[in-house]
Amino acid sequence: MATVIVNNKPVEIGAERLNCIQAADRAGVEIPHYCWHPDLSVVASCRMCLVEVGDKKPDGSVAMQPKLVPGCQTPVKDGTVIISDSPKVKAAQQATLEYLLLNHPLDCPVCDQAGECGLQDYSYEYGRGYSRLQEPKNIKPDKDYIGDQITLFTDRCIMCTRCVRFTREVSGTAELQVSSRGSHEEIDIFPGEPCNNKLAGNVVDLCPVGALCSKDFLYEQRVWWLKSKKSVCPDCSTGCSINVDQNNDTVYRLKPRYNPKAQGSFMCDEGRFGWKYIHAENRLSLPAKREGASTVSTDWDVVLASVREAFQAAAKSAPKKVAAIFSPWMTVEEAYILASWLKGLSPDITLAMTPARVSGEDDTYPKDVHGKPVQPVKFTIRAEKAPNRTGVEAVLKHFQGDVIPSGKVLEGNAYDTLFVVGGDPNPEVNAATASKLGLLKTLVVLDLLDTALTKKAHYVLAGGSFAERDGSFVNHSGLVQAINRSLQGPLEARPDGRILSELAGRGAMFTAAKLRAEIAQAIPAFGSLGGGKLGEYGVVMGLAVKLEPVTA
Amino acid sequence: MPIANKDVTWVEEPEIGFWEATFLPAIFAGLKTTVRHVTHFQPVTEQFPEEKPTLPLHYRGVHRLNRDDQGRVKCVACMMCATACPARCITIEGAQAPWEDRDKYPSSFVIDELRCIYCGMCEEACPVDAIEMTHLYDLTGFSREEMIFDKEKLLGVFDQTKDSGRDPVRTQRGRLGPASDFEGLPALAPATSVRGDDRSARSVTAGVIQGTAVMESSWEQINEKIEKK
Repeated sequence: MATVIVNNKPVEIGAERLNCIQAADRAGVEIPHYCWHPDLSVVASCRMCLVEVGDKKPDGSVAMQPKLVPGCQTPVKDGTVIISDSPKVKAAQQATLEYLLLNHPLDCPVCDQAGECGLQDYSYEYGRGYSRLQEPKNIKPDKDYIGDQITLFTDRCIMCTRCVRFTREVSGTAELQVSSRGSHEEIDIFPGEPCNNKLAGNVVDLCPVGALCSKDFLYEQRVWWLKSKKSVCPDCSTGCSINVDQNNDTVYRLKPRYNPKAQGSFMCDEGRFGWKYIHAENRLSLPAKREGASTVSTDWDVVLASVREAFQAAAKSAPKKVAAIFSPWMTVEEAYILASWLKGLSPDITLAMTPARVSGEDDTYPKDVHGKPVQPVKFTIRAEKAPNRTGVEAVLKHFQGDVIPSGKVLEGNAYDTLFVVGGDPNPEVNAATASKLGLLKTLVVLDLLDTALTKKAHYVLAGGSFAERDGSFVNHSGLVQAINRSLQGPLEARPDGRILSELAGRGAMFTAAKLRAEIAQAIPAFGSLGGGKLGEYGVVMGLAVKLEPVTA
Repeated sequence: MPIANKDVTWVEEPEIGFWEATFLPAIFAGLKTTVRHVTHFQPVTEQFPEEKPTLPLHYRGVHRLNRDDQGRVKCVACMMCATACPARCITIEGAQAPWEDRDKYPSSFVIDELRCIYCGMCEEACPVDAIEMTHLYDLTGFSREEMIFDKEKLLGVFDQTKDSGRDPVRTQRGRLGPASDFEGLPALAPATSVRGDDRSARSVTAGVIQGTAVMESSWEQINEKIEKK
């Protein structure tokens, strides 16, 4: 076992290959850094992570290197000694920050990064507190158009080149570059080649200062007002871990959350900016019970009671003519409640599932100059545009043995009572199917947007978007991750889990973790969920004993 | 624990003398005060609203939004005031400034004057001296809507009060104020303590090195050394 000594504290690192920053992190010591990022190559250019490094000899003596070395570039081995709190290191940190701040404008009041800014944090923690510069600062003009979603405040840049390395190494598209030299260095694009690749939004997250800003979020909110909840991006089956940042029940941005089991550190722009439907005009905000063209009631109690009665009556009289169409946008918990309720009413009720929307082929990054994918793959945008096909299918397989595609239910006239779950913001329901379904005896639609189908439905249940629901999604590789309710839906809209829970007579208290524990007991495929706690990175689906690590 | 006897001091009531027992000296002393109010009459009642009071200079009345030297709203929409406000009565919407020389400005700035508790935290928080409290105190209105002041109304308060004499424009600092104005202004005192051996600590204004004298003398010394060699 390799042991590294960080600030006189021994820490075991096992057989891992770490640098000084990572080893110190294991010991709970922060070594400040700007240019280093775990998923990018090492350039050691910001000089913020300078530390004293030495070697502990077998005889117990310690030989320190005479110069400070960059922690990001220095691998550790058994007996490496790292000192990050000596006066020499502190002086170096102060001097580095003073240099980084020479030309940095003090426009924190108007800067979007203020509050989550690396320069602010480190200046406070390691800086000298005031400037000795007498000369005017070197102010470079802002570049408003770096990409469709990105703007560059050139004067705020500290030249860590994370963004340049990201476009070269992860997206592979290499739009960004450094032009000029020395104090005149600037991040720039090649003329006529804006940074518009599908991962471009990540350079904003990577920027440790407020130089690269997202046009979508620019000046919308101060970051200290945002409340974050851990969630999962629902826009493809990769299931990127994200944080939903909201204030006053309005989502302002999604940010990727590091998850080595799911996607790594990044997310694609489709997911990053794909949440706008949460606040769309055509969001369903009230439930409805309709008779003919007129709405009879928009009271949840009335609507839910009528739906329950309609299904109970239909299950008694002709269960073979009752069906439910599940959606790959449901959480595992929701699918479980609905399936167990309907199968409890009558085992003859058919449970079908809308196939996950597929668009094109899996899009892998990095790309080469011709746009061809390159190995090894560092990021994948999957063609399957639904978050939880695997999870819903596993539930259906448990209750019914196999998964019936929704097409079989929609064809012909075998069914007269139908429960359709939506959730897809871009559903593929054509008007013909919708008007045909409108002729059924009972059509219940649980969805979040007003669609052709909800217009024809006899009962409309106004559900919630992924940001308004508790539950769990299973991604393409079987990783079960939790999503958390971070905001309230419009008006009377309720999270799907609560609607289904009330409908199934389980009461209005819907607790996802408790339900997961129940599912783990009931369905062997979810046995690994155990007590229902999924942790930060999620749990791989499988039998209770089988717990295998999954690589991204 | 009961109090010990040795800790108790018994005080006897003083004996009343003859004149004191008549109460006459006390009555005359009281009458003297009464008469004094007649002979030395000083009115303290303020004839409001016919006569307006002169308020202390630090009085915190209705807010105003200051204008910069070009007549534009000085606020940069940093939302420090809205963050500092304990009554949550300030609502600002930031947007890209329509001017070349500024990044951000408030597209909407609304203060609910009814909800405000006039604590002055907003003007204390403002990094660009854009929001200030004036001496206007007799704020009235016929509806609640009237008391919700928008940007135009707050700028109107500035136009109305800037020449009144009681609410002078307190600072003429640059477009972003002390936060970014590094040309032609003395630097502010350092945010953290300064070590004694720091060159800047010895200067007139902490944070600025008035270093020329030191530098010149040291250059002279160096030149002398070179010449000697």
